[in-house]
Amino acid sequence: MEKKRPLRVIVAKAGLDGHDRGAKVIARALRDAGMEVIYTGLFQTPEQIVNTAIQEDADGIGLSILSGAHMTLFPLVVEQLKEKGAGDIVFFGGGTIPPDDAVELKRLGVREIFTPGAPLSDIIKFIERECGKRRELVG
Amino acid sequence: MAKMIERATPLKRSGPGSGATDRTISDIPLKELYGPEDTAALDLERDLGKPGEYPYTRGIHPSMYRGRLWTMRQFAGFGNAKQTNERYHFLLAQGQMGLSVAFDMPTLMGYDSDAPQSLGEVGKCGVAIDSLADMEQLFDGIDMGAITTSMTINGPACIALAQYVAAAEKKGIPRRSLGGTIQADILKEYIAQKEWIFPPRPHVRIIVDMMKFCTEQMPKWNTISISGYHIREAGSTAVQELAFTLADGFAYVEAATKAGMDIDSFAPRLSFFFNSHIDFFEEICKFRAARRIYARHMREKYGAKDPRSWQLRFHTQTAGCSATAQQPLNNVARVAFEAMAAVLGGTQSLHTNSMDEVLALPSERAVEVALRTQQVLAYETNVTNVVDPLGGSYFIESLTDEMERQAEDYFRRIEEFGGCIEAIEAGFLQKEIADASYSYQRSLETQDRIIVGVNAFEREGSEKDIELLRIEPKVEMEQAKRVKSTRTNRDAAGVEKALAALKRACADSSINVMPPLIDAVNAMATEGEIVEAMVSVYGRYTETPRY
Repeated sequence: MEKKRPLRVIVAKAGLDGHDRGAKVIARALRDAGMEVIYTGLFQTPEQIVNTAIQEDADGIGLSILSGAHMTLFPLVVEQLKEKGAGDIVFFGGGTIPPDDAVELKRLGVREIFTPGAPLSDIIKFIERECGKRRELVG
Repeated sequence: MAKMIERATPLKRSGPGSGATDRTISDIPLKELYGPEDTAALDLERDLGKPGEYPYTRGIHPSMYRGRLWTMRQFAGFGNAKQTNERYHFLLAQGQMGLSVAFDMPTLMGYDSDAPQSLGEVGKCGVAIDSLADMEQLFDGIDMGAITTSMTINGPACIALAQYVAAAEKKGIPRRSLGGTIQADILKEYIAQKEWIFPPRPHVRIIVDMMKFCTEQMPKWNTISISGYHIREAGSTAVQELAFTLADGFAYVEAATKAGMDIDSFAPRLSFFFNSHIDFFEEICKFRAARRIYARHMREKYGAKDPRSWQLRFHTQTAGCSATAQQPLNNVARVAFEAMAAVLGGTQSLHTNSMDEVLALPSERAVEVALRTQQVLAYETNVTNVVDPLGGSYFIESLTDEMERQAEDYFRRIEEFGGCIEAIEAGFLQKEIADASYSYQRSLETQDRIIVGVNAFEREGSEKDIELLRIEPKVEMEQAKRVKSTRTNRDAAGVEKALAALKRACADSSINVMPPLIDAVNAMATEGEIVEAMVSVYGRYTETPRY
C-alpha cells in the first residue's frame, strides 16, 4: 500500500500582534504529532497566509490572534480562500476570542475556534479528523 | 445543564515524581521540609543585610509599606483618546494613584490608524495615539504635573515621550516637573513581546539618547522600565524572567556608560517591571533574588557608588498568562494571591489584572474589582505592617539563593555569546523561552499541573459568566478620519523641515534624537510619519522565528 504523506498545516500569525507563544506551542505540538508544520512568522496579511497555504499544498491553516482584530482578520482569510478556490483547506483559529465572536466566526466559515486552555490533544484530534477528511476528498 | 467533572484525583498529589508537588512551576525541585541545613551557607550580613541597606534582599526601604504603600497603578487604554480619558477620570476617582497607558497595536508598532497594517487593530488592545492632538486629549482635565504616568511602549517610546512632553508643555507644565516611567525596553521586544521597529543596535542608541535627555532635562522621570513581564508571558520560567530581565538591564547600563555617561547619573532612574505568577513562594523569592543580584552587579561589577544606583525598584503586574477564559471569576482569586506575592516580595507599584482580560479588554466593573483587590490587600490583610515578614525562613532564603545561582548561570551562558545583544541575535534567549513554554504546556496536558476550571473541575460554557467590553468598529473609522484631518490642517512645510532635521539626528550619533523629535511632534507630524523617517535611516527589523 502506498504510504500517505503526513498532514501539512500552516500555523500563522496575522496583523500586528506579536504574541506568538500559543502559535509556537501549537506548531511544536503538531510537529510532535507527526505533521508537517510551516510557521509563517509574524505580521502576515490574510493574502500572504492563503498564498503560503496554496504554495505549500497545505491541508489546514491555523491562525492565532490575541490583539482583538479577529473579527476583521479571520473573515478576510475565509474570503481569500474562497477567492483563490481553496475553500477546502481546513481553516481554524485560536486566541483571545470572546465566546459570542467565536460563534459568529464559525458561522462565517472558520471551522473551529480554540480559546486559551484548549488541550493540545483536542486540537490535534480536530486536525487529524478534518484535514484527514479533506485529504481523502482531494487525494 | 452545567456539569461538574472532577479529575484532580488526590492520588496525583502524593509522593515524589507525581509532578506538581515536588517542583516549583518553573521546575525547581522542592523538598518536603526546609531546615537550618538549607541556609547553612547564608551569610546574614553579606546576603541579607537590613531592609533599606545593601544588598537590599529584604527591600529597598527600611520601613517599606509602613512608610508608604505601593502605587496602585492599573494599566488602561482602549478605543480612542476620549474614551480612555474618561476611564482615567474614573480610576482616579476610585483611588488609583497613578496612570498607566496601554497603547493599541498600531501605536506600539509605529503605524498610523489609517495605515493598511492597522486594519482591525485600532483601539483594540489599547488606545490609539497618532499625533500630539490625541496625546493632549488623553490627558484632558488631568494635572500632568501632579500625577505620575507610566507608558508601556517600546519601539516608538521616544515618540510617545516627545508627545507627552509636548502635551504637558502646551498646558504650561515644564518637562522638569513631569514624573513617571516610560518602558523603552527594546531588548525585551526581540526576546519576547515582538513589538520592535528598528534593528537592535540603532534602537539601543535611541534609548541611550532618551536616558541622556531625561537625565539632563527630566530629573523626575524614570528613563526606562526594564521588563521581565513579557518574557514571562511568552512562556519563560521564573528564573529565565529574572535572568533575562537583569541581563537586559545590564546591557543598557553598559551601553550608556560606553556612550560616556556616569553610571550614578542615570542608574537611580532605572526601574524594573516583573510578572507575578501563581507559584506564591517562587515569586517572592524571585523578587528578593532580583534585588540582591542587581545590587551586587551594580556595585561590584559596574562600580556604581551612589546607593540609589544599587537599588532595584520595580513595578509588578499579576500574570495575564495565568488567567483562564474558563470560569473567569476564578481569576479574581488568582490575582489576589499573585498580588500578595508581589507585596511580600517588596514591589513599589502594582497592577492587578482584571478577571476578564483573557477574553477582552477589562470592563469597568472588572477593573474596579481588580483595584479593590489591591485595596483589600493594603488596608485589610495587615501584610503591610512588617517589613519582609518572610525573611529568615529556611525555605524562602534557600529558594532565593537557588534562583540567584541559576540566574548567574544564565549570565555566564549569555556572556559566552559575547553579551545580551549577541545572545538575542543568535536566538538563544528566544529558544530557551520556547522550550520552557512547551514543557509547561505539556505538564498541563498530562495533568502534572492542575489549573482549576481548565484541566480539572471544568464546567461547560462557563466563559460566558461575565459581561465583556466591546470596542465598536466605528472607533477605527473615526480615528482614521481624525488622523487624516490632522494631516490636512497643518503646515506641511513645517512638518517636512522637522522630519528632515530628525533624519539628520538619526544618522549622526553625536546629535540627540529627542529635541528634533519634540519639534516634529509639535509640528503635528504623525507617529507613522516619524517612524517612516527613522526607518529610512535605520531600516526595519525582521526575525528568524524559533520554536
